[in-house]
Amino acid sequence: MSGMQFGIFSVGDVTTDPTTGSTPTEAERIQATVAIALKAEEVGLDVFATGEHHNPPFVPSSPTTLLGYIAAQTEHLILSTSTTLITTNDPVKIAEDFSVLQHLSGGRADLMLGRGNTGPVYPWFGQDIREAVPLTVEHYALLRRLWREEVVDWQGRFRTPLQGFTLAPRPLDNVPPFVWHGSIRTPEVAELAAYYGDGFFANHIFWPPSHTERMVRLYRQRFQHHGHGNADEAIVGLGGQVFMRKNAQDAVREFRPYFDNAPVYGHGPSLEEFTSQTPLTVGSPQQVIERTLGFRDYVGDYQRQLFLIDHAGLPLKTALEQLDILGEEVVPVLRKEFEVGRPTHIPDAPTHEALVDTREGSEPTTRRTEESEG
Amino acid sequence: MTKLAIVSGGLREPSSTRLLADRIDAAVRHELAAAQIPASSTVIELRPLGRPIMDAMLTGFPSSSLEAAFDTLAAADGLIAVTPAFNASFNGLFKSFFDVIPEETLSEMPVLIAATGGTERHSLVLEHALRPMFSYLHAVVSPTGIYAATDDFGAQQGSALGDRITRAAADFVRLLRSCGPRQRRDTFAEEVSEMERLLRAGSHPAQGDGIDGAVED
Repeated sequence: MSGMQFGIFSVGDVTTDPTTGSTPTEAERIQATVAIALKAEEVGLDVFATGEHHNPPFVPSSPTTLLGYIAAQTEHLILSTSTTLITTNDPVKIAEDFSVLQHLSGGRADLMLGRGNTGPVYPWFGQDIREAVPLTVEHYALLRRLWREEVVDWQGRFRTPLQGFTLAPRPLDNVPPFVWHGSIRTPEVAELAAYYGDGFFANHIFWPPSHTERMVRLYRQRFQHHGHGNADEAIVGLGGQVFMRKNAQDAVREFRPYFDNAPVYGHGPSLEEFTSQTPLTVGSPQQVIERTLGFRDYVGDYQRQLFLIDHAGLPLKTALEQLDILGEEVVPVLRKEFEVGRPTHIPDAPTHEALVDTREGSEPTTRRTEESEG
Repeated sequence: MTKLAIVSGGLREPSSTRLLADRIDAAVRHELAAAQIPASSTVIELRPLGRPIMDAMLTGFPSSSLEAAFDTLAAADGLIAVTPAFNASFNGLFKSFFDVIPEETLSEMPVLIAATGGTERHSLVLEHALRPMFSYLHAVVSPTGIYAATDDFGAQQGSALGDRITRAAADFVRLLRSCGPRQRRDTFAEEVSEMERLLRAGSHPAQGDGIDGAVED
């Protein structure tokens, strides 16, 4: 695998197709998601990421179940999330689930952590949304220890204490899955990623590029500040949203009803306004290539690009066609062009193999002896 | 230089709300000039921002024209906010604008509240709708508001409205002077440094007790 990874991320919404009025069943939506992930591997993409939601109209409430099933039917695809809720999930369960997924997939698992912004999910899982930030900090600190220390004694505010707890199974090759921190708008997430030297993923769909630029710049500066390397060596991922047809006008005509009725931004700005204000690109493959290559102008050389292609009621057939276009016409060009002028010291996109190599090259042991519990 | 922002929520052209806003603006600047304080003012008319305000509500981010209005507001040392009274409250456009401004924009901002209406029976809209909203937004609301009914613009009322404007402007200028130039808050930087503090505390649970009670709501 080279410098950059390309893939897709799925929200997992069950939405009525506004052009036909038909709504997939939950079963159909889940099977469609699997078909889309398998297609992503078939057309040569690198990553499939699923969202996590705990309320209708969304189906992915159990991401590692879905990803494990996909892992069994793929060989190269990296299975990831967008995002895994670090606030309302028990960090012990996250550690267990992703350790198992890591083993089953042969190291093809990583994850993107997020806070979650659906208010009622917090009380449903026994948490308080007003504590979202301290919850994130405490849960993630514990998650890191579970993956890195063999025996964990821990005590905190939000979870029952652990005495003599050992995560089973241990991470594959004793290397934890790579962690991204995903954000739409909060600078705290950039700081969290920078503090630990983890990856930072900017949603890059809902807000203008200027906002993404500011967040990524903050993350890079703080990454350097916290001593993980130069700002341009920080690990950056971006979202993106595209709809393509051979002729740009056909793409606009076909996508407009889905845009106009989309759950997140429908009934607001026009398609034209939204495409000019945000990174959404609706047009020809060439337009998508040019726009995507332009992302580098404001975030620097980066590591992972994920596209959203299966939402707002778009039929499975259409999503698969979008994947064909991505795999055949867009991503091969992006791979080649993004390498042009990319300085050699820019890190490659993270993989399990690379993390194993790094570990063997530097840190002699992952076991910490310090007792940091009070 | 004292910078004033004036938000006018009038819907018609010409608008009596804007007329009132302009008269208050002139009176405030007259008081400032008398105190030899140089001042400038910028009017934010909400009507042309109607669609951007609704789009921001639906998408979560402002268009460039709305962002320019946010910047004007955030850079101001004081705000004069004027709305027509609709159905016993401010109009929806006025409320929507203040619903989409970035958090803490009005924090510690001196605000002079004013409203227009068909009759004087709605005058308590200042106390029941505008004052609580601006207090909630952490603004410092000037004690004297101005309500102008249609009749107030009539000749037979003499200079009663003018006198009220003069009195409210004088109170507002006293407030502006005691508050002084406003420190613009950088919530972006505040969030980052607060997060760093939490992370440093959280990665050393031995001192973790320090976080208890640090989270306020």
